[in-house]
Amino acid sequence: MTTTLEAPPVETPAPAPARRRFPVGRFLAYVVLVFFSIVYLYPFLIQVVTSFKTDSDATNSPLSLLPDPVTTAAFGRLFDTDFALWGFNSVWVSVLVTLGRVLLCSLAGYALARLRFRGRSALFTAVLAVMAVPGVVLLIPKFLVLNQLGIYDTPVALFLPLVADAAGVFIMKQFFESVPASIEEAARIDGAGTFRVFWSVVLPMARPALITLTILSFQASWNELPHFIVASQDRDLYTLTKGVATLTTGQLGSGNQFPLTLGAALLMTLPVAIVFFVFQRYFVAGANEGAVKG
Amino acid sequence: MTAAPAPAGGLQTRPLRGSGGASRAGQGRAGWAFATPQAVLIGLFVLIPILMAFWVSLTDWRGRGSPFSGSVGFVGFDNYAAILTEPGLARQDFMTSLRNNAWYVLLVVPLQTAIALGLALVLNSRIRAKGFFRTAFYFPTVTSSVAISLVFIFLFTGGGAVNALLGVFGIDGPNWFSDSRGLLHLAGDGLGLWDSANPPAALTDGGPLGLTWWDWLSGPSIALAALILLVVWTSAGGYMLMFLAALQDVPADVREAAVMDGANRWQRFRAVTLPALRPTLFLVTTLGLIGTWQVFDQVYLISQGNPAKTTLTPAYLSYTSAFETGQWGRAAAMSFVLFAIIVVLTTLQRFLMRDKDAIAERRAARAVARRRTSTTFFHADR
Repeated sequence: MTTTLEAPPVETPAPAPARRRFPVGRFLAYVVLVFFSIVYLYPFLIQVVTSFKTDSDATNSPLSLLPDPVTTAAFGRLFDTDFALWGFNSVWVSVLVTLGRVLLCSLAGYALARLRFRGRSALFTAVLAVMAVPGVVLLIPKFLVLNQLGIYDTPVALFLPLVADAAGVFIMKQFFESVPASIEEAARIDGAGTFRVFWSVVLPMARPALITLTILSFQASWNELPHFIVASQDRDLYTLTKGVATLTTGQLGSGNQFPLTLGAALLMTLPVAIVFFVFQRYFVAGANEGAVKG
Repeated sequence: MTAAPAPAGGLQTRPLRGSGGASRAGQGRAGWAFATPQAVLIGLFVLIPILMAFWVSLTDWRGRGSPFSGSVGFVGFDNYAAILTEPGLARQDFMTSLRNNAWYVLLVVPLQTAIALGLALVLNSRIRAKGFFRTAFYFPTVTSSVAISLVFIFLFTGGGAVNALLGVFGIDGPNWFSDSRGLLHLAGDGLGLWDSANPPAALTDGGPLGLTWWDWLSGPSIALAALILLVVWTSAGGYMLMFLAALQDVPADVREAAVMDGANRWQRFRAVTLPALRPTLFLVTTLGLIGTWQVFDQVYLISQGNPAKTTLTPAYLSYTSAFETGQWGRAAAMSFVLFAIIVVLTTLQRFLMRDKDAIAERRAARAVARRRTSTTFFHADR
């Protein structure tokens, strides 16, 4: 984002007193930042290091950043569980949710932003109202509908309800309203139909918004937990979040198998971490966009 | 909202309407064709579920068969009465969960807002490695609650890293996630106000809504405090980004004028920065309120409401009432009460934070809206 680029120019014209105060203030700023960096990074370091420790080493020296001895035994044991299956389920669910959201939200967002049709403003009001419904309140209602439709405990129940996303519609509508309409008009004069204009002219222009929505959707579905808890119980349908949760709440959680659980936490964080570091600027855009959906 | 709506092109659009490509009827059909798939999904998985759950909250459905079948009894508002007005275990549990969640909200929202604002202010000054610090603080926000909970279970376990660290300073740390002692009870002990083992009868003899005053005023338990630390740690970074974005909108000329007028750092903060941050402050506290009343994941993963029900929350209690005890009607009623609490509190907060500086607020909100609609995406692409 632009934050880094614009340092406030206040300090420069400040008279003499500021010069005296300045180094102290800046020193304190660094003290605060370094302190919080340690608070924020140490847990992640511990997570990485502990997953290469033995059980007893993890329990006996929890603060140490040097595994003694270094071992990958925890990862070996992790793959004796259904970890690979959970990972596979998480991948296909996230991919389907992301594709579905990006396609359907941009279609609906475009309709709300550009096309005139009866009931458009009512539909937009409904989108805003749905965005205001707290997600946790929907847990039991969602189960009721999945059960009634007869798709509870099926693969469809894992991804389809997550495709329903009012916030994504809102984001795309906002974006389409910010691009000039003249290019589409030109395409229409050339005789292209509405869908053709949307697909070949509008969508390519919407690249930044589409990337933001893709990332938000992927991250949200990869990290989702409560929906999977109420949508299925079949062990074959466990995703990473639900499966790894059983490592602490199930039989394995009773012992002190911290290298195992932290190794699982590490592996499940990696995909999102990679996406985060590659597309960081879009995450920042998304965070501010998320503010709108409040 | 800045761009012109579709048909504003006046001269340009008119000929093409005649040529049929985007006739009014055609646009109407296309509009519905475009919007229908997502509208159907939202209807199916948000609106209909809410209606169904409201019906279930008025019945004695136990989770077998369809809630619409003839064998299901209509009980009116009995389920709501059981958790709100009738003395009994159901109400006691629900009120305990509300107490826990209220303490949780009371601590998490101010703490995460203060830390987010503080970090944003520090990062907005001339600092090296700004990007590094920002990333470090923001990263937990994008990782899954499961992964973070597993790490915190390890950090806060009896012989874990936190207690090892406290031990370095000679402090004997508690057994965090299994310690049900209330922080206010402990504080009272420390100050000699009372003895928790033998609490004052004035407080234990009675109290509103099925809990004694002593129970209401326990403060968060140590276990809940550990969850509070976890959540503040996780979410502060996200709110920090919102404050950082808002700080960009603080008008530089006003700030320079304040410097010229000899305003010191604190005066500048009070008179210039803080008013400009008002809309964001409002937004952050609103999102905080909405989010904290819904705490579920961490309770499910770490404490399951234990120890001694001190980490029980309405969302988690509703889940266990339905899926474990089979009291679907009561569980659905809890969801609606929770929904009502969130609506009432956010409305109240809106009212409390509104009247002062309403004009400045509107102006700043417009600035934020402008930045959001036009700037976000294009700047994101830089």
